[in-house]
Amino acid sequence: MIQSIIEWLLSPESWTGSSGIATRLWEHLLYSAIVVVLACVIAIPLGLYIGHAGRANWAVTLANSARAVPTLGLLFAMTLVVGPMISSELAFVIPSIAVLVLLAIPPVLSGAYAGVASVDPAARDAARGVGMRPLQVLTRVEVPCALPLLLSGIRAATLQVIATATIAAYVGLGGLGRFLIDGLASGDYVRTAGGALLVAALALTVDGVLALVERYAVSPGLTGKDVGDTAVVASTT
Amino acid sequence: MTWIQDNWTVIFPLGWSHAVLAGVPLVIGLILAIPLGWAARRWRRAYPVIVSTSGLLYTIPSLALFILMPLILGTQILDPVNVVAAMTVYTVALLVRTVADGLGSVPDHVQQAATAMGYGGLRRFLVVELPLAIPVIIAGLRVAAVSNVSIVSVASLIGVSQLGDLLVDGFNRNIPGELLLGIAACLALALVFDVVITAVGRALTPWTRTARA
Amino acid sequence: MHRTSRSAGVLALATAALLTLTACGGSSDPLSSETTDDSTATDAATDGGGGGEEIVVGSANFSESVLLANIYAGALNNAGVNASTNTGIGSREIYLNALEDGSIDVIPEYTGALGFFYDPEFSETDPQAVYDVIQGLLPEDFVVLDRAEAENNDSVVVTQETAEEYDLAAIPDLADVAGELSFGAPPEFETRPQGLSGLQETYGVEFASFRPLTGQALVQALQNGQIDAANIFSTDPAIVVNDFVVLEDTEKLFGSQNMVPLVRADVADTVRDTLNAVSAELTTEQVTEMLRQTDVEQRNPEDVAAEFLEQAGL
Repeated sequence: MIQSIIEWLLSPESWTGSSGIATRLWEHLLYSAIVVVLACVIAIPLGLYIGHAGRANWAVTLANSARAVPTLGLLFAMTLVVGPMISSELAFVIPSIAVLVLLAIPPVLSGAYAGVASVDPAARDAARGVGMRPLQVLTRVEVPCALPLLLSGIRAATLQVIATATIAAYVGLGGLGRFLIDGLASGDYVRTAGGALLVAALALTVDGVLALVERYAVSPGLTGKDVGDTAVVASTT
Repeated sequence: MTWIQDNWTVIFPLGWSHAVLAGVPLVIGLILAIPLGWAARRWRRAYPVIVSTSGLLYTIPSLALFILMPLILGTQILDPVNVVAAMTVYTVALLVRTVADGLGSVPDHVQQAATAMGYGGLRRFLVVELPLAIPVIIAGLRVAAVSNVSIVSVASLIGVSQLGDLLVDGFNRNIPGELLLGIAACLALALVFDVVITAVGRALTPWTRTARA
Repeated sequence: MHRTSRSAGVLALATAALLTLTACGGSSDPLSSETTDDSTATDAATDGGGGGEEIVVGSANFSESVLLANIYAGALNNAGVNASTNTGIGSREIYLNALEDGSIDVIPEYTGALGFFYDPEFSETDPQAVYDVIQGLLPEDFVVLDRAEAENNDSVVVTQETAEEYDLAAIPDLADVAGELSFGAPPEFETRPQGLSGLQETYGVEFASFRPLTGQALVQALQNGQIDAANIFSTDPAIVVNDFVVLEDTEKLFGSQNMVPLVRADVADTVRDTLNAVSAELTTEQVTEMLRQTDVEQRNPEDVAAEFLEQAGL
């Protein structure tokens, strides 16, 4: 079994063609990137605002309880409702992307919100004291301080999207999930296992890259690497 | 919507299966995560290894883990144990870090006081450190419970029946009511888990209530 | 002090409870029997009160298979056999494994499909000839019981508009135009011998692209024009409801596909006799009508099955 998986992974034939590993890997990366970017565009400003203004905390609670919605159900509902409205190939892509964006919003939102909320009030006061306007306080003090938590939220969201995008293959999305679903349907466990390994490898690689980004992006003036992730877990509840 | 009126009672047997498939791994996962979390705390070098290994487990797509479990465990392919085992893996992956961080949140002076009172080793861990870590562990359990309830529904794709059956069947037969009922039942179950876990957490940490009152 | 001992007590109690639960989870039996009981209550027409070995009827993940499983299980229960269903297992490649490892004892099957599955070179098309040959192809511990007159074949369908646009009536008509068309089917169609490769070898039909889809997503994609042709079962009510055109399988690529119970060789004679009596009653028209009730009128397959059995006196 393990040998046939390795053979499958190494064989040039499995890599080429419109349903080869290379194409599926690229699709998977592309969909995941689109999803995470969209989720960030929605969740970061919202999270920063909530954290900054200290209002509308219910939005964070709402987003977190949305995690309980079964992804599979949401995917089916979206496909049945949105699918018929689109007449192009995009009908297979848009419902899945939308569901994955919904899935990615809570961790990013919590990260952004918790990041800003955890900024030391003294730092905020000091910033105001030196004459910064509210927007300046946000961009020059709160955002840099919130960065570790925000980035770890984005990392969590990315991992989740990469792993969950596989289920979307059931409603016709491309990507590495095809190997899992098609392998299951045709009783080809080698393809399923190989696909799973590829997804895990992709997730780890992307996570590694994001970890590097995190290291370079976070201001050296900030420590608190250790408390960072704990706070995200705690804030998600 | 007439479908719901005629068939809504199916949520009870399916919901029970769902609760077992999501809940049992929560319990087993917690039991496994406590010694692992303790080890991660006890030996500094073990921490990154244990935490990153458990993070790695979480990157395995659920569908793949469900499909491959019978090959790993040698079980029958429709055996619910496959789902329980896979969900336990995810629960442990989520909880190890929480337990480790929860134990880490116990202040040094408390540990020193406990040691001074003659509590040592395992006793200090069970009677002082673990109870004090409960609030953080409970927070982690709530996340794991919600996530388990959602993931278990995927098991319908491998023929293990629970609330996810309503999702798949509603989709295949184009019955929006059935799909909606499935989603609502999953949400309700997640809520029940959350309430139960919170209540257990409160019962286990009476001192937090006294402090607030 | 009182408080500490109380919380320690709760903790001890909780731990004990957890350990008991783990013990249950550790061995497979209590848990699997528990879930089987559940599915008995949910899916089977009656709660099997009769004693004896429990017979589990499995099904594939499409409506007709689920319906047939409910008919089989209902008939067995009426005959005093303790039967339950485990529906929606997946594709043939999966449920045959489940039959092999004893997770299920009975599965509704199709004669020709079994032939193709066990012998890629399978070429019989006459219903009786197909039936006679497959018995010899099956693994030792599998037996097919009597075949029903009812048939449900794979089919290639297109929308009314596509049929008119390209002047399509039979699968060979696709040969010249398929290069511009996309095709949708369940994922396993891509690798099955009578699937994409069969279309190419028998008819020279090679589609521009293949889109793996199941259930409603497949029907919807054909309806909305995201795919131009689809592999849908000939008894699927979606064909009538959406006015799809079934292209004639002139070379009998899909062969004869009579409905037949595939069982483990160790099932009791009562099971065989009961299921043979069911097959004697099933016609294509009845199955199509029952599927209309489950998929269009959204009735419960269990109820539809029970009605059929009552009318047939089974």
